[in-house]
Amino acid sequence: MKRFWGFVLKEFLHIFRDPRTMLILFGIPIVQVLLFGYVITNEIKDVKIAILDQSKDHVTIELTNKIISSGFFILDRNIKSINEVEDVFKEGNVRQVIIFESGFGKNLKREGTANIQLIADASDANTANLVVHYTMAIIGDFVREQNKLTGSPIQFVPEVRMLYNSELKGVYMFIPGIMAMILILVSAMMTSISIVREKELGTMETLLVSPLRPLQIILGKVTPYILLSFINAVTIIIMGNMVFGMPVQGSMILLLAESILYILLGLSLGILISTITKTQQNAMFISLFVLMLPTILLSGFIFPIENMPKILQWLSILMPPRWFITIIKNIMLKGTGLMYVWKETVILIVMTSVFLGLSIRKFKIRLE
Amino acid sequence: MSEQKETIITVKNLVKKFGDFKANDNLSFEVFKGEIFGFLGANGAGKTTAIKILCGLWVPTSGDIKVAGFDIYTQTEQIKKNIGYMSQKFSLYEDITVFENIRLFGGIYGLSRQEIAQRAADLMHRLDIEHSRDKLISSLPLGWRQKLAFSVAILHNPKLVFLDEPTGGVDPVTRRKFWDQIYEAADKGITVFVTTHYMDEAEYCDRVSIMVDGRIADLDTPSALKEKYSVKNMNEVFLKIARIKPDQNN
Repeated sequence: MKRFWGFVLKEFLHIFRDPRTMLILFGIPIVQVLLFGYVITNEIKDVKIAILDQSKDHVTIELTNKIISSGFFILDRNIKSINEVEDVFKEGNVRQVIIFESGFGKNLKREGTANIQLIADASDANTANLVVHYTMAIIGDFVREQNKLTGSPIQFVPEVRMLYNSELKGVYMFIPGIMAMILILVSAMMTSISIVREKELGTMETLLVSPLRPLQIILGKVTPYILLSFINAVTIIIMGNMVFGMPVQGSMILLLAESILYILLGLSLGILISTITKTQQNAMFISLFVLMLPTILLSGFIFPIENMPKILQWLSILMPPRWFITIIKNIMLKGTGLMYVWKETVILIVMTSVFLGLSIRKFKIRLE
Repeated sequence: MSEQKETIITVKNLVKKFGDFKANDNLSFEVFKGEIFGFLGANGAGKTTAIKILCGLWVPTSGDIKVAGFDIYTQTEQIKKNIGYMSQKFSLYEDITVFENIRLFGGIYGLSRQEIAQRAADLMHRLDIEHSRDKLISSLPLGWRQKLAFSVAILHNPKLVFLDEPTGGVDPVTRRKFWDQIYEAADKGITVFVTTHYMDEAEYCDRVSIMVDGRIADLDTPSALKEKYSVKNMNEVFLKIARIKPDQNN
């Protein structure tokens, strides 16, 4: 055991003495969270909208004024027919079209209910979501004011349509996504590089000749990264909460436990990569292209899985981050317990065991 | 020459195949306690394969092999505790300091903290690098690193140390100095098993085995070999042996 800890200490020295490694470990996560956080902002201002008012009575005019004077929206144009909607969006400036049904005011008076249709350009999913929510809030305000004035309960029935991206993804998507990306980057890429470096320098041979067992060598190499990845996970959660108000509704312990599971998965992948590569560059290349890009593209982090072609949807099943993102989104946003994410958890456990099993076999073959 | 020689390595009919290629073809030899045993041959002659098998890194295809009294198939753990190893690439970590390297390898070989402190102080005093205790290995000149690597390889006082082309890429003067260190270790009773392709180094060994194409072409003391082939130096011995080989094949 003493042998082992001496070895782990050396691994920490490698990490702390290398500014580049330190930067990747601690600089990148912080920069990523801030970057994604401020790019995907949750404030909107001066968004251009178009209005199709098929009624033009005092209620619709009043509501239109209220929407435009809110400061969030600018009326780009009034349109005359439903056929123009498509063209308006294609021009690209207008983010939302509001449609009042004909006889809006009359319906309201007679039946106490009237229909508004909100059509948003959801090719930018997050903005669309925000725009719609803001509009609904304004309409809700308006309804309450009207109720106070008239005393009789009225009701608007807003019908929302998201064009181009029917499965809308929330703004909080990015924190789970970044966590999934950073953790796999640190745990898989950094461990595979650090193991392969020993092979490249020839020090691995010296270690294998020593009384350290192969398993101790591998464990010694990955132990520091378990700890550092864990610190990263906590940093991201705290930053998400403090800077961007990302909540943790569910159990913090469950969240951290799932993070550790995912870190272990990344490490076992890293070990696997290290057994099939000979140079550090190779290890980095494989980590980046086999892990990073699919994580970003296929995990549902940025592009919704539901909108992918079938074949990519199948591929995304094989992406560990997909399941991890689902798990932590559920825990952080919905506050669900293990009951609701056990399937994803089992998938991650199975993946970890498969990668570990493969790398142990590979490692043994190499020693023969 | 002592009369009763204790063997520390016994190799009988060692064969190592990679597919159809025989890297080691039926090697048999003994290494005696306390001697400097040279393993000579051109690149690709099978020296490194043999040393890796003796260190327990690779498993041979067949053959009976004992190192430091332990069986290579079943007792690799004991073997590893009793040997030191230094490869042609540097065995020290360049991005940690002299003392940290000593502490690391001392720890790996199970030395206590006091032992490590004691031996580190001795070692740095002997090599006259006390002032570099907290300097990174990468800041030391090549010759020093090599000396230090060797000292670290025998820090745990092994019965036997394997040196795999330890002087690769080093000038003759530094090489000569390095050999002084090897003699010192041998004087302390550590058996030295060294592979090299520098023929001048062969002269420094007690006995040498010359490998050609995976086989041991000859094995004896340098003086006996020079006499046998009636030449003046080991380089000519080697050239003669290498030249005979193809004739035997035809």
